[in-house]
Amino acid sequence: MLFLMAAGLTLVFGIMNLVNLAHGSLYMVGAYLATAAFNWTGSFVVAVVWALAATLVVGMLVEVIALRTLYERDHLDQVLATFGLILFFNEAVAIVWGRAALFTTVPRALSGHIQLLPGIRYPAYRAVIILVGLAVALLLYVVVTHTRLGMLIRAGASNRTMVAALGVNIRLLYTVVFGFGAALAALGGLMAGPIYAVLPGMGEEILIQVFVVIVIGGIGSIRGALAGAVVVGMVDTLGRAFLKPTLSSVIGPSAADNAGPALASMLIYILMAAVLFFRPQGLFPAVRG
Amino acid sequence: MRALRLSVVLGLVAGLLAGQVARAAEPVKIGFITSLSGPAGIIGKHMKDSVELALDHLGRKVGGLEVEVIYGDDQRKPDVGKQLADEMLKKHKVNFVSGIIWSNVMLAVAPTVTGAGTIMVGTNAGPHELSGKMCNELYFTTSWQNDQTPEAMGKYMQDQGLTDVYAMAPNYAAGKDMVNGFKRYFKGRVVDEVYTKLGQQDYQAEISQLRGKSPKAVFVFYPGDMGIQFLKQYAQAGLREQIPLYSVYTVDEISLPAVAEAALGNYETRYWSPDLKNEANAKYVGDFKKKFGYTPSFYGAQSYDGILLIDSAVRAVKGDLGNKKGMVAAMRKADFRSTRGTFTFNVNHTPIQNFYLLRAVKGTSGEIEMQIQKTVFENHKDAYYQECPMKW
Repeated sequence: MLFLMAAGLTLVFGIMNLVNLAHGSLYMVGAYLATAAFNWTGSFVVAVVWALAATLVVGMLVEVIALRTLYERDHLDQVLATFGLILFFNEAVAIVWGRAALFTTVPRALSGHIQLLPGIRYPAYRAVIILVGLAVALLLYVVVTHTRLGMLIRAGASNRTMVAALGVNIRLLYTVVFGFGAALAALGGLMAGPIYAVLPGMGEEILIQVFVVIVIGGIGSIRGALAGAVVVGMVDTLGRAFLKPTLSSVIGPSAADNAGPALASMLIYILMAAVLFFRPQGLFPAVRG
Repeated sequence: MRALRLSVVLGLVAGLLAGQVARAAEPVKIGFITSLSGPAGIIGKHMKDSVELALDHLGRKVGGLEVEVIYGDDQRKPDVGKQLADEMLKKHKVNFVSGIIWSNVMLAVAPTVTGAGTIMVGTNAGPHELSGKMCNELYFTTSWQNDQTPEAMGKYMQDQGLTDVYAMAPNYAAGKDMVNGFKRYFKGRVVDEVYTKLGQQDYQAEISQLRGKSPKAVFVFYPGDMGIQFLKQYAQAGLREQIPLYSVYTVDEISLPAVAEAALGNYETRYWSPDLKNEANAKYVGDFKKKFGYTPSFYGAQSYDGILLIDSAVRAVKGDLGNKKGMVAAMRKADFRSTRGTFTFNVNHTPIQNFYLLRAVKGTSGEIEMQIQKTVFENHKDAYYQECPMKW
């Protein structure tokens, strides 16, 4: 899930050179649209298709209306503008759906669990999320490295003026890329809906983690986004599970009770600091020609 | 000259009279702080709707005076709660502050309110500090002290002869209270205590860890949104059939509509239930369902009681809102028709009340609802009242 988000964001950031804080909002919009459609039609498949398509359109609209003028500007201007978009989307969602959280259920077919090894059960829905993540990773890899579109995207990232001079409609290309990034965010959002609660501002919580993923993985690199997401996910989960027992053998159980959860929630940021110190360009930096 | 003086005097008198009239018509102002947005917003809705129902039942008057309720949304953040309390006290000049779901918010708000000489009527959070050392003349609660409910669950699980229990709760003031209360009456082995982040939505890591310890039973405290997520994920992990789950404030009218089958058959302890038999409760539950179209929760029942308690106090001093001593004395009698039946306040202004064992069962309408199985404690006092220096 983190990967889905990170891939979309890194695509936009690395290729379009745009800091998009509103990525979390698109994640939220995707989750809301999927939830609404799911409650309305009762079909998860319809909800998925609808949320992806609608968020793609929303993303493209945002790009055309608000962000197009910002490419040549400073990163600070982009941060300000996209922060404004966050506020706009949060309020818009609160007006339409209310401030209280929506809770959805996992589709019935996926609500069970699968037997990994005898005695070890894993929720089916989470297994599906992992599969979807892998599928998206593969798809992105193929699109970016083996298709004409991917070539144009990479070319646009290296030198947009040159690509434009060669007769490519770079504006349209950027709009499509941004919309595609938005759809990836929506995919993350709609998969997350049944696990987390769907509420205004849900995007910001994950956005911070996503930036951590990108920084660790290397800005603009999809391979880095995948690696970063796996690393962050593992560190966070293992920290929550094993930090307290480990600490309690060092500093005593009662102190560990207090320090453990606190430290576990800091762990990914400590990791990010370490990565920045030793490899400022990230683990898998994007190759630039 | 004389005429002028006379007119001035007359004018002053008229002004004074007008002032008197205006003061008599001044409404009772109640500031009600709860979580109305975010994942916990659903709890706030239950509480707000119950306040409105209480006002309906009182004819939109409190103690015979016009009433104005100012709602505030604390977003489950102590700093926001404290800011709201300050604003209500200074800007709106409220006569009472009420509400508060979360113990950490309560610990920030209650001292602010009582410090300003205003009466605080808590309608959910019951941190042990406020029932013990930090108890205050002006602080009342119509709910409970946090430890009380898990004490009842601890007692029940002890009586069942369970052992090797795994305890989980959010990492904040109430979470600690809940586990402490549980351990006060449960004497079997506690395999581990795990505290998670307040508001956490994903429990996959903790559930895997729990499975690794293979306990015989699990005790949890996950109120509101956290309960919904935890119960669903516990069932999805396939643990429901393997390790029985016992809880407090987790399986309730907030979570049941969302989790449904994932909580069927679960046990909880509580001081109140929609099926508790008494006249006031029948009226509350019946009218609530009629007006809002869903089943009320204990969060609502307490908030309803809170408004009735305030009403009884204002009535006792005949609308003289400056008479704080009189109002406190009246509130100590708990002279109103509570949804839990009659109860008394302990010296620390915390209720002495019964606690019941509840179970989630399929009701007559086919929906899953909580039903009382038996009484665990009668007239149960909290564990901290002796630390409270207050005498009355």
